[in-house]
Amino acid sequence: MSEQTPKFKVTIDNITIEVPAGTTILNAAREIGGDVTPPAMCYYSKLEGSGGKCRTCLVEVSKGSEKDPRPMPKLVASCRTTVMDGMEVKNMTSPKVVEARKGVVEMQLLNHPLDCPVCDQAGECHLQDLSYEHGSSTTRTEFERTTFSQEDIGEYIQLHKTRCILCYRCVFAANQLTGKREHGVLMRGDHAEISTFIGKALENEFIGNVIDVCPVGALTDKTFRFKNRVWFTKPVDAHRNCPTCSGKTRLWMRGEEVFRVTARKDKWGEVEEWICNDCRFHKKQASDWVIEGPSKIDRHSVISQNHYQGAVEAQPELVNEIIGKNPKLLFDIHEVSDVNREEIDLSKINGPAHSDNFLANQKAKHERKLKVGRNK
Amino acid sequence: MKFSEEKLKKVNEIIARYPDGKQKSALIPILHIAQEENNGWLDVTTMDHVAIMLNILPIEVYEVATFYSMFNLKPVGKHVFEVCRTGPCMLNGSDDIIQYIKDKLGINEGETTSDGLFTLKPAECLGACGYAPMMQLGKHYREHLTKEKVDLIIDECRRNAAKNN
Amino acid sequence: MKLLLENAHIEGIRYYEIYRKHGGYRAAEKALKMAPDEIVEEVKKSGLRGRGGAGFPAGMKWSFLAKPEGVPRHLVCNADESEPGTFKDRYLMEFLPHLLIEGLLISSFALGSNLTFIYIRGEYAWIVDVLEQAIAEAKTNGWLGKNIQGTGFDCEIHVQRGAGAYICGEETALLESLEGKRGNPRIKPPFPAVQGLWLRPTVVNNVETLAAVVPIMNIGGEAYSKIGVGRSTGTKLISACGNINKPGVYEIEMNLSVEEFIYSDEYCSGIPKGKKLKACIPGGSSVPIVPANLLFKTAKGETRYMNYESLSDGGFATGTMMGSGGFIVLDEDQCVVRHTMTLARFYNHESCGQCSPCREGTGWMYKILKNIEYGKGKMSDIDLLWDIQGKIEGNTICPLGDAAAWPVAAAIRHFRDEFEWHVTHPEEAQTRNYGLAHYAEPLSTVTV
Repeated sequence: MSEQTPKFKVTIDNITIEVPAGTTILNAAREIGGDVTPPAMCYYSKLEGSGGKCRTCLVEVSKGSEKDPRPMPKLVASCRTTVMDGMEVKNMTSPKVVEARKGVVEMQLLNHPLDCPVCDQAGECHLQDLSYEHGSSTTRTEFERTTFSQEDIGEYIQLHKTRCILCYRCVFAANQLTGKREHGVLMRGDHAEISTFIGKALENEFIGNVIDVCPVGALTDKTFRFKNRVWFTKPVDAHRNCPTCSGKTRLWMRGEEVFRVTARKDKWGEVEEWICNDCRFHKKQASDWVIEGPSKIDRHSVISQNHYQGAVEAQPELVNEIIGKNPKLLFDIHEVSDVNREEIDLSKINGPAHSDNFLANQKAKHERKLKVGRNK
Repeated sequence: MKFSEEKLKKVNEIIARYPDGKQKSALIPILHIAQEENNGWLDVTTMDHVAIMLNILPIEVYEVATFYSMFNLKPVGKHVFEVCRTGPCMLNGSDDIIQYIKDKLGINEGETTSDGLFTLKPAECLGACGYAPMMQLGKHYREHLTKEKVDLIIDECRRNAAKNN
Repeated sequence: MKLLLENAHIEGIRYYEIYRKHGGYRAAEKALKMAPDEIVEEVKKSGLRGRGGAGFPAGMKWSFLAKPEGVPRHLVCNADESEPGTFKDRYLMEFLPHLLIEGLLISSFALGSNLTFIYIRGEYAWIVDVLEQAIAEAKTNGWLGKNIQGTGFDCEIHVQRGAGAYICGEETALLESLEGKRGNPRIKPPFPAVQGLWLRPTVVNNVETLAAVVPIMNIGGEAYSKIGVGRSTGTKLISACGNINKPGVYEIEMNLSVEEFIYSDEYCSGIPKGKKLKACIPGGSSVPIVPANLLFKTAKGETRYMNYESLSDGGFATGTMMGSGGFIVLDEDQCVVRHTMTLARFYNHESCGQCSPCREGTGWMYKILKNIEYGKGKMSDIDLLWDIQGKIEGNTICPLGDAAAWPVAAAIRHFRDEFEWHVTHPEEAQTRNYGLAHYAEPLSTVTV
């Protein structure tokens, strides 16, 4: 950004920040971080043209700008809407957004096979995170889920069309990295699918990056297929002198064994530097690499709790900033859980505890919540 | 796959409509012509040929050909009955017409008769709601359909096929 | 008063000589002597609203067109008429192709478009020939091509055929299609007025809108604005279909009552076999269906007229929309559930698949409606449908999501008892229709 770029003030969930004109709401929110940041399944800052499609990052613009304070009539995709000076945005403080996002998650899961137990993406899957954080725990569809024909796209990449959420990231990546795209989104509507149409093997030396940009398990590393669960492997940063790419990668190891090579990703799950197929698929010996040390995985994730370091925790002051909505990581367990109530002494209940034991305290809990809300 | 002289001329005319470098805009009109030249459907060879003509990637052609409902990706019969079944046609009895065609030709939606003469293709609104029920047959619409009219159309198609053989 | 179809029934009016003899290209003669901005002013003054469905003021849309130095601009005519119930543009193009060409010429001149396209739905294959014939005639007579009528203005018009996709009626999907791509609507902004066809500033207008520019030039924007009522100025083409005696395309002044439109011999001429009216979708399949008792009179008891304001009186609770003017009438023997199911199937079939609420939601609604229609529905399905449509509406990239959600919402809002009857009488529902119930009774029985 040149120095002439004016700065715009934008307020997201009551937190005000100054960003250069032309910044999107999503990127402004990413600067704030924590729970204020809307989730994004299709937007990818490194891929031009991406975004706008998945609708998970919808936010409410309650004030358009200082000049034109009218609210925007519909929820907007924060990844494709630029901030205006004085704009006020509601993400998790907007019940409308929370509800709409829940709907979007439901739609994305509607025909998803939910085959996480056999999916290599499990544990680092953005759809898992999304449904865990923004979805509901039950499904309301009783229909058979859509299936697609199997398609072999070569020895490197495993394609599962049923898991695809049509984010188009892999299409943009192939366009922008390989120059000669060989796969795309074919068909239309709920039959749309990622395909080469002719069962072609994808072999461009940078095509492996589609695995890294895929937010779900639709495109996974065939050389890693069923080899190990992600959370059993330990990520280390490594590099090698590669004639094709930067050679800066992340190795997923168990003991001395290299199970998988990926690009390094930032805290939003985005690739820092693209890597070539040779590094990704063919350098599976620890001796191929100079190991720098354990990776700092900054991303919040279902599995981050285990051994990743530096998982993002919302800053304590957010609690006061975000009215009535405590960021999840800072919940007092007694406020959100029906069991483990302070006033229920399990040892004093005769026989096994039933839901009745807890429900009797619902009312008291509700009143306490209201009190807490008012104090904020 | 080869375009006839006459069609090739038409193709070049179409490409010339667009500014330099925007020849991809000709894709859909040319796929229409290609489909006509290839017995009513698009196979991979034909689509690859179109990609070369327009200097675009084959996947760009597949993406488009699979998106639009008028492009057939499987062989079809000589005569394709596209009977509309959306709201206004339904109000005027299109369900009965479709059932009648199915019974008469012994095929279901999406199928072709064993003699290769007829395909029944389900269609959504074709913009002839005031003249319902209706179907598209080739370049033209057949409107105000009745069972008798369907009989006549089928006879007409059979006669034409016999004449051309 | 007829402004568009006045000469539609003249033998041979589709040909240049006859069209010219009956006053054709007089508006163009007048316009070519004006400054382009003066034409835009006239259209603004006329109050003409986009006839494709959204009803956005055409003159205002024109004035948004960006005019950066050295960048070509384009006018694109949206002839991708695909909304169920709508077939007015087809009629206009088929019978009065020169009226459209003349409107396009004037508009191209006003907007500075030297290369103008008519994007027509692929199924209207024979109309492509009609239009290309008219374009050739216009060119021969100096109304298109280089240095038109000595003004120094160049303009070419080409007809581009689509290939079967309702979504291409959405203006940015249309532009994508015109660029030889899938009909995926673009994320807005930027709007076409800034980055449209080949990222150049572009205006996309409906066929009827552009044809209406001809009478506006002929009689003047001021006079045009005095026809009709309030902000519904000029005349509107209505394509009437469903259960009526005289389906067809009618040109109306927008102070005609809905009742007169359905029952007068000049228009629909009533319902066949003397049956009773059950419901009506007055603006193309995506606008809310209204039961008979809310159609002729608004909830306030006032007469309902065929115009933008009156049809939408009462909002979605008791009103509907003018939309594209696709007027669908359902008689007492029609099943609202089945009708809604076919519409849900339509939107499911036509969803481009880019964004999840529309891609997944339309199919979900269709499957549930199919279950209810075929006797496999549950009472909770009705509430689920209501919830799903709410999750789609307003949350999608383009208005197809709304278009798919509204018909389902309105059907449940007004005809819930018919849905419930399908659930409680699954076998009976296969053999007979629910019938009229209370829909045609006085308004007081309707709970909103």
